[in-house]
Parts: sequence; C-alpha cells; structure tokens
Amino acid sequence: MKKVKADPKGVLTGAHFLDGDFALAEGALAAGCRFFAGYPITPSTETAERFSERIPTVGGVFIQMEDEIASIAALIGAAWGGQKVMTVTSGPGFSLMMENIGLATMMEVPLVIANVQRGGPSTGLPTLTGQQDMMQVKWGSHGDYEIIALSPDSPQECFDLIIEAFNLSEMFRVPTFVMTDECVGHMHEKVVIPPAEEIEVVERKWYTGPKGKYLPYKNDDDLVPFMIKAGDGYRFHTTGLTHDERGYPMLNAKAQDICVNHLKDKIIKNADKIIKFEEADTDNAEVIVISYGITSRVAVKAVQEAKKAGIKVGTMRLITIWPFPEKRIKELAKKVKAFVVPEINYGQIVLEVERCVAGQAKVIGVRHCGGGVHNPEDILEKIKEAIK
Amino acid sequence: MSEKEKNQEENPMEGFLRMDRIPHIWCSGCGIGTVVTSFVEALKKSELDLDKVAVVSGIGCTGRVAGYIKLDSFHTTHGRAIPFATGLKLANPELKVVVFSGDGDLTGIGGNHFIHAARRNMDLVVICVNNFNYAMTGGQVASTTPQGANASTAPYGNFEFSFSLPNLAEAAGATYVARWTALHLRRVTKSIQEALGKKGFSFIEVITPCVTLYARRNRLGDGLNLLKYYHDNSEIKHGADTRTLDIDYQGKLTVGKFVDKEKPTFLDAMNEHLGKVLGDDYQLYGRLNND
Repeated sequence: MKKVKADPKGVLTGAHFLDGDFALAEGALAAGCRFFAGYPITPSTETAERFSERIPTVGGVFIQMEDEIASIAALIGAAWGGQKVMTVTSGPGFSLMMENIGLATMMEVPLVIANVQRGGPSTGLPTLTGQQDMMQVKWGSHGDYEIIALSPDSPQECFDLIIEAFNLSEMFRVPTFVMTDECVGHMHEKVVIPPAEEIEVVERKWYTGPKGKYLPYKNDDDLVPFMIKAGDGYRFHTTGLTHDERGYPMLNAKAQDICVNHLKDKIIKNADKIIKFEEADTDNAEVIVISYGITSRVAVKAVQEAKKAGIKVGTMRLITIWPFPEKRIKELAKKVKAFVVPEINYGQIVLEVERCVAGQAKVIGVRHCGGGVHNPEDILEKIKEAIK
Repeated sequence: MSEKEKNQEENPMEGFLRMDRIPHIWCSGCGIGTVVTSFVEALKKSELDLDKVAVVSGIGCTGRVAGYIKLDSFHTTHGRAIPFATGLKLANPELKVVVFSGDGDLTGIGGNHFIHAARRNMDLVVICVNNFNYAMTGGQVASTTPQGANASTAPYGNFEFSFSLPNLAEAAGATYVARWTALHLRRVTKSIQEALGKKGFSFIEVITPCVTLYARRNRLGDGLNLLKYYHDNSEIKHGADTRTLDIDYQGKLTVGKFVDKEKPTFLDAMNEHLGKVLGDDYQLYGRLNND
C-alpha cells in the first residue's frame, strides 16, 4: 500500500462552519477525488452542489447524470479511466444504484458512495432522517459479495471518514460507503480541515510489472489484485460475468466458487485492518449501548441518565458498520448482561448484534421508524429493562 | 509449414481479437461478426493509437463484442454501456471510446442514457447492431421490432410502434448518424472510420440478420435470404430527412449517412464555458487537442 500526502489543490485548510453534506464534498476533494457523477436527491444534494462549485478551480469533472443508475455506471467507467470517484445519494437513488454496485464489486473497482439517509420505504420522508439502508448497503445487490461501510456522527467525521472511505476503497478495490443521515448531513458544526501534508491518502494499487504478464484478477498476498487503467496499453478485459484471473468469462461452478470466495475473503480476512469503533466504560458494564451515526449522540444523554441512576452502562459506537465488528461483540457478550441497540429503523443492526451474541446475553433493540431521532427516555427505559 | 498453410491458419484479424476466446458464441448466419469485421477494418485504416481505443458493451448478443476485441474492453451491465463509457471518456479524455451494443441494450433498457449522451454531444462512437429483437434471451419483442413482426413475447404479432433509431439519435443531438445493413460491409467500415475520426456523439445503426430467432419465428429464411432482402429493398439516400426512416415489416430500408455536423463536445463546452466564466482560476481539464 502506497500512502502519499494529499494534493494541496483539493484541501481547504482551516476551521470552517460546515454541514455534513458540504464536509463530504471537502473530504472527497482532500482525498484526491476528481470525478463526481450524481443526480439530485434530498437530503444529499448539497454535496453535489458543493463539488460542482469547487471542482472547476481544483481540476476535475463534475457531471450531473440523467439518473442514479447512470451516475454509478459513470463512476465505474471513470475509475477504470484512472480517477478517484464518488457520488452521493439517498434512499430512492440508492435503490437505483444497486445493480451497478454489484458490477463494481465484481470488477473490483474502487469508488465511494455517500448515502445521506432519509426515512423510507419508497419516497418516504425526503427531508427527514432515517438509518434504514444499513442492511441494503450490505445486501442490496444480488449475489454474495462484501463491501465496506462507515457511519459518521458529525460533520467533522463526514470529512474524516470520507477520506478513510477513499483510502479503504483503494486498498481493497471495493465500493466503500459513507452511511450518514439527514441529521448529520444538514447539521452545521465546526469542521477543521488540516494542512494537506497532514492528510494521508492511499494511492491506487497500480501494477508495475511487465505488460504481457498482467492478470487483472490475480491475487496479491493481501488478496487484492493489482489494477491498471484504460489507455496504458494492456488491452485488458473486464466483465460482470464470473471470470478467471485473466478477466475472461468462465461460466461454471468451480470458477464461481473461486470468484465469490475471493470477493468475500479479501474483506473478511482483512477485517481487523478495516474495523474501527469507540468504546467507553465497557470493562465493568452490565449493559452496553451499541449505536452509530446520529443515534450515538442521542444515546449519550440516555447513558448519562442511566449512570446517575446507578446502572453500570458502557457504550460502543460503531464507526465501521461493514465488515461488522463481530469479534469484539462476541468478547463483550461473555461479560455483560445485555446490549441495547437504538437505531432509526425497525431493527437492522440489532439483528447482527443478536447473531454475534448468540444467546449469551439479552439483546434489546430500540426502534424508531424515522422522521426524527430517538427520545433519550426511550433508550433509558430499555437500559433499565435490560438490567432487570 | 508452407506459406499457404500458414496463411490458412492465421486469421487476418488475429491481432485484433482475443484468439484464446474464439470460437465465439454467435450463431451461424448472425450479422454481429460481420459488423466486428467492419470495425476491425476501420481500426486498421484509422491512424489511431490502438492502446488508446476502448470498447464498452452492455448485455446481449452484441454485448459480447467487448469480450472478443483485443483492446481495453469492458463488458458492463444491461443498458449502461453509454454512462459507463461517459465516465471512462471523461476520466481519461485521451481515449477514443467506442460503445458496441445491441438495439435492446442501447435503445430499450438504455434509452434514457442514449438520448442524454447524444444531448451532451459526449465524444463517443456508438455502434448499434439492430436485429429487431432480444436475441440472447430467446427472441422477445423490442423497441425496434417492426409492427406486425412476430416475437416470443408478441406471439400474435407486434402491435406497438417502433423506434426509428436515426431519427431518435438526431433529435437528441447526435452529430453523426448513419444506417446500413450487414450487406453494406464496405459502407459500414467507412462510416465507422468517419466516426472514429470525428469528435462528438456518432451513431451508426447496422441492421443485421438474427437467423435463429427473428428470422425463424417470422419464416424469413436463412442468412442469405435476409441479405437478399436487404439487397432488394435497401435504398441509399445520404442526407435523408431522419423523420422519413421508419422501418415497416419487411418493407423498404432507407440507408445512408444522414447527419454529419460539428458541435462542441461536452468537454469542449465545459472547458470553454468555465474558462470564460472563471478566467485564470479555471483548471483546464484534459488535453484540448485530443478531445
């Protein structure tokens, strides 16, 4: 993996008062993204607007495509053209992107998609928050594959994590998602953008060997194949079909087994290098509140109140959602009475917690169907229920 | 090995095909290979650096072209070859990007992308093999199936109106529009050559026989019968009004080059406009002489 300093042209060093959507655009520019294809959708549009305003003086392309399907298809093409690429969307647009997210995983293309989530299903609540695409991001395209998804809880973290998302997507040649939501997207806070020399960006894993020997899908030791770009004289082929190391279609069960296992393994076996979370007071906790994104900020209040009431409560804030931090949750499950999992959906990540806990402790979800954040009292009530 | 034997063994297109993937999957009598031959001939005659030519296909019988052509080649998703190619071209403007796909892929499922790429005058060469049906899936009705023709999902005959592709392309903004049949090999080659040498959204429709499905269902005979039909019914009318190019079932086929004009491409327009508005602050994108 080759790390370099950020290109200062894209870095707006200083302390700013930005919303999460703008911070996504600034983070992308700092990470070296020079190609953005998107389609307007509330509550994510401001990211596209910001990028379209900034890119002409940084050097790159913004194109508003005819729909979200075209946007993601253009990203995949542009990534093969050698650029770092991103788009932003929300629920309905995210649904439209699903087929080509599969193509990006199959072709092993680094790209970044930010989803500023809103309430669904369907048109749902365009202007109001939700965390309802957390399973869709992992399972939404057909077939078996892995992606990486991160969840920021503030505009500052939108900036920080989109850089992280670009870096991870380059390291593992995989679509990487920043799963934020309307609240964080439209929340204005202080965002500190460091000098370019303090921002590390990962370069694409370029192939440098002899031309005739290049195999686009031959694994390196870290399970990630080297990449090239169109126009460099390799005359390579890539396809959404099941393929061999040459990238040639290979339509049989054996090739499928190798292909799918590879897409899973390169993420699962590298999970420890990817996963990030924050923990507080988990050592002696009886109850642990697991949350992510905006909900983790709401949960703080409930946890404070629970502590005042004498309950031994710890917190775990998920920064990486996928791959899921199952190793740590399995460890904690042996030590605590219960987990409480608030999220702005009908119960998605709580299912994953239940899977990891596997009956060793209670797992209590705190549902919210979207349109606002939890009332901290609702979380507190479940914490109290958990220690009974 | 004698010189004669060697010549027999070596395919004249070998340098342009992935020979390790031959034989191809196309039926005997199919016209797609004919169009590929024309494309290769056009490449040979062009002065393009072949390392800088990329082919993007969607899904379907013609979608398989990308898999056989020995250039940087991309086999993408159904209908999305054009937006994929748009991203590829914009990310690396020195590339000449050719979209090679079928009528269903480009103008059925991909119709929206087709009109918008033409509207933007995206610098792409789009070669559309039109066999009047969805062949890969077994001969279903398409946006191009002539009224009255039979298809597996129009078993009592097609009653829908069909697209006239040159009319669609010109109306949406294409700067080069031609239509030929698989019979007009040299003219197809010439059109592809012209399109490769030109900037902007170029569209070439090639009507081809689908012997296994369209022709069989409609009892039109074999490949030779269809070429005879093209021969007897094609009329070359360069510059014809594209509003007059509808295709009736087994009717007249007006072919020719209908549109060949100049207009700034997406990147030219972007560079010119933003340069004017932003002055020295604007970072010129891509190499102007190549786009």
